[in-house]
Amino acid sequence: MMDVAEILRALDRTARAMLPTAVIVVVMVLLALPGLLPAATDLRAGFVMSSVFFWTIYRPAALPAPVVALIGVLLGLLGDVPLGIWSVLLLLEQAIAGMSRRVLLRQGFMLVWLAFSGCVLAVVSLEWLARMLLSFTALPLMPTVLEFTLSVLIYPLVVVPLARAHAGPAAPEQA
Amino acid sequence: MLRLSMPVRAALARLTLPVMLLASLALVLAGRADRHLGDFLRTQVDDALAPLYRAAIAPVAALESDRGALGSWLHLRAGYSELARQNRALRRWRAVALALEAQNEALKSQLHYVPTPTPSFFTARVIADLGGLYSRSVLVTLPRDPGDVHDAVAMDGAGVVGRVIEVGSRSARVLLITDLNSKVPVAIGPGGARAMMIGQNTGAPRLLYWAPDSPPREGAIVLTSSVGGVFPNGLPIGIVHYVGRNDPVVLPFAQLDSLRVLRIFEYGAADAGGKTAGAHAPGAA
Repeated sequence: MMDVAEILRALDRTARAMLPTAVIVVVMVLLALPGLLPAATDLRAGFVMSSVFFWTIYRPAALPAPVVALIGVLLGLLGDVPLGIWSVLLLLEQAIAGMSRRVLLRQGFMLVWLAFSGCVLAVVSLEWLARMLLSFTALPLMPTVLEFTLSVLIYPLVVVPLARAHAGPAAPEQA
Repeated sequence: MLRLSMPVRAALARLTLPVMLLASLALVLAGRADRHLGDFLRTQVDDALAPLYRAAIAPVAALESDRGALGSWLHLRAGYSELARQNRALRRWRAVALALEAQNEALKSQLHYVPTPTPSFFTARVIADLGGLYSRSVLVTLPRDPGDVHDAVAMDGAGVVGRVIEVGSRSARVLLITDLNSKVPVAIGPGGARAMMIGQNTGAPRLLYWAPDSPPREGAIVLTSSVGGVFPNGLPIGIVHYVGRNDPVVLPFAQLDSLRVLRIFEYGAADAGGKTAGAHAPGAA
């Protein structure tokens, strides 16, 4: 009888630990559905960046680096981005967020949002440069500006449900 | 589970990110060195996700505001009168078409005209809109035995949408004519003046390389051209519109921002247009 309870608890813990990854992947796929939201595909990268930033700061164990790398590969394959670029970018974002998390944990929402904006600015600029380098063509700047704006604007919308998940269903210690 | 002392474990945890970063950089290089790797993986992912997309799209399509079940029920009456109006107009056009067909047959018989083979086509549902920052493409379902659909031409009810660039076992990617990488040889107007239509990631692809002494006329029709051997002659794409001095773009007939169902025409690269068989110019994409 004890064993069953133990197994259920382990299952519960696993489910809670996997929730952040699962949500990212499912939303990434849903955003590809035609007709669900206007300009949904432009939001994909912003959603993933917001999630990675949030979890790295508030629950680093929720998204280990290998998982982030795999999410980056998937993000690149869903869109038409050269292989691996988004893995590098998301890992860099995770590194930046990880290094500043001790400071940001004590700050209010506005400052964290500002930090996220700075981080996104660095990431999308790097993306733009990397894509130009890899394809040897000049790319227009406008889509990158659009991606930056959308990512910054979507952050609060993403973070509110994530903060709830952080306190409840994504907390392995509550299992 | 390996038993490790605390400091070793902490050091390992700190090393994960740099190691993954290096691995990702290696992946970028691998993708750069072997272009097929990315295409292959992309096709695998598309194929794996295709059933999921198909399952998820049904409720979305049903609820969609202007075209789905809910929307069409709300707009039933308006839709009906619009259809009746279109039907009247189409009846008139049918009479014109029948007369022209008869005339065409008569002229063909006088010329000993060899007809081009009718292309086979199938209808495919758009299950995912996979555009991104610098790309415009959609994923469509494939029927059980689609044949060789690589380079097949995709059209909606009104005009050319794009071209199939990647084919999996149950899904295929269509590169839209608005994509930055899309370059379509076109013929403009009744004279069929040649030009290239090049996607620029916005709704209206740009016209380039037209003869400077005869610039495209505003409002002229833009058709595909078989130059390069990918597209057949004469499929409707859109009309010419000037957004600036010497800057003509094509306003596509196809509703590229709300694609739901596409027709995929397999012309086969060998007899596209008949005369430029197999000439796979690198620019004609």
